[in-house]
Amino acid sequence: MGLEGLLPELEIIRKDFPILERTVAGGKRLVYLDSANTSQKPQVVIDTMVDHLENHNANIARAMHALGAESTEAFEGARDRVAAFLNAPSRDEVIFTKNASEALNLVASTLAFRGPLQLGEGDEILITEMEHHSNIVPWQMLAQRTGATLRWIGLTDDGRLDLSNLGELLNERTKVVAFTWVSNMLGTINPVSDLAARAKEVGALVVVDASQAAPQLPVDVVASGADFVVFTGHKVVGPTGIGVLWGHREVLDALPPFLGGGEMIATVTMAESTYAPIPHKFEAGTPPIVEAVGLGAAVDYLSAVGMDAIHRHEQTITRYALEGLASVPGTTVLGPLDAESRGGAISFEMQGVHPHDIAQVLDTQGIAVRAGHHCAKPAHARFGVQSSTRMSSYLYTRPDEIDALVEALNYTRAYFKVG
Amino acid sequence: MSAELDSLYQEIILDHYKKPLHAGLRDPFEAEVHHVNPTCGDEVTLRVHLEGDKVADVSYHSEGCSISQASTSVMADLVIGKTVDEAMAIHADFLALMQGKGTVEPDEDVLEDGIAFAGVAKFPARVKCALLSWMAWKDATAKVLADNTLEKA
Repeated sequence: MGLEGLLPELEIIRKDFPILERTVAGGKRLVYLDSANTSQKPQVVIDTMVDHLENHNANIARAMHALGAESTEAFEGARDRVAAFLNAPSRDEVIFTKNASEALNLVASTLAFRGPLQLGEGDEILITEMEHHSNIVPWQMLAQRTGATLRWIGLTDDGRLDLSNLGELLNERTKVVAFTWVSNMLGTINPVSDLAARAKEVGALVVVDASQAAPQLPVDVVASGADFVVFTGHKVVGPTGIGVLWGHREVLDALPPFLGGGEMIATVTMAESTYAPIPHKFEAGTPPIVEAVGLGAAVDYLSAVGMDAIHRHEQTITRYALEGLASVPGTTVLGPLDAESRGGAISFEMQGVHPHDIAQVLDTQGIAVRAGHHCAKPAHARFGVQSSTRMSSYLYTRPDEIDALVEALNYTRAYFKVG
Repeated sequence: MSAELDSLYQEIILDHYKKPLHAGLRDPFEAEVHHVNPTCGDEVTLRVHLEGDKVADVSYHSEGCSISQASTSVMADLVIGKTVDEAMAIHADFLALMQGKGTVEPDEDVLEDGIAFAGVAKFPARVKCALLSWMAWKDATAKVLADNTLEKA
């Protein structure tokens, strides 16, 4: 299939992902279209993690032996790799968490703690209506803890941020602006640096959820203009159990610690403690070591393929999928309809068939999609739908997998006798 | 593949899905509950009206997949007109069927159209769809019974 913009080495890339070889549903080839939920893992990530466990396993930063040194080097090497992946000015600004949710909770929680950045009554937190629950609930909790007010940017009918009243929403009371780079439900790519610049004009901290952006487009934390950027390992062909918080050094320095424990201290007496400098200040306890090492291999893999090329591939597949979905009668795509303004997750509705039932039929054809509210209930409510079906592609997705999806959707319509 | 699907989507289920029985919210009622399935977003608002020890009416508004919609229809049709004890016994049978992982042989005399859900028990992800409204009914009925006990006390 010769679509302009696909990764030229697509067939080689697919061979890097062993799971794509397996069959499901009684011998059918797996068509994995749920990568926005979690991505599949290339052999190099699997091998790197196995090698670490087989040959280098030890706790980090405290074991005074050869394995301890190797493990520490591998873990801190992963931090270097992630820093490079994000174009972070300093490796110390890269904090390992267990996932993106924990990274967002770290920021939202510590902004409630006593300190120079603590929020209070009269302050405002601005989010958007297209956020994943993980970028809504922590801010609601921050508002409850501090008496600050939560406000949000609404959405236009075509699934973009409605910035018409941004001048009023953003004001001298706004202390935090948190938004997603790419929507996990609508697919919309938001104008990150423009929004960040507007937020900085009123002196607000800018928190960007890059969970869907980091897998599929170049993320440059400096160019983004954000104070914090978070993403999760398992969506960037890395393992679960590891996430990343990048933050500006001066902001991270000004925040009090999140969790207390080993590794995050300078000294401890029974009465009080002093804290380690960043990044360790925010990494209490033994971290997910092998997961971090796996993530390092994952971002190296993506960088070797090239994030620009991956982005082009995603947009090519997305364009092809939007055309394919438009050919299925009674099917409506939520969010922008042009591939240029969106990422590789496409949520849609099919008249007369519930998303659960669609996903069930697709599953019997070997096609994996997600059905439900995709942890974005407010965004669904905005469009008057309770749930949707979502297909999401990645660097290993082939056009013939989209063909299989379209065929299976037509079969679904026939099975449920709609249209 | 179609056989696997057909074991889940029995004709009876699709019929109830397309033409649900007892749908809509009605008066009178003594208790109303709202249950959601947090993972998928399916929801049901359900009212129970008891007359003495009889289930006089079950009315509902629900949104969800074919399995949850059909199950609500079948449940309402089964319990309306029964005594609360009889209905609770049917509830227990349906629960046992759903939690049996496909090993429980359903009794058609008790479950009537509910036996069509035997296939659902083999799809663990869908069991909660089938049980949503049954749990809502039990919850609402328990509320009415608790209120009645309070009034008598």
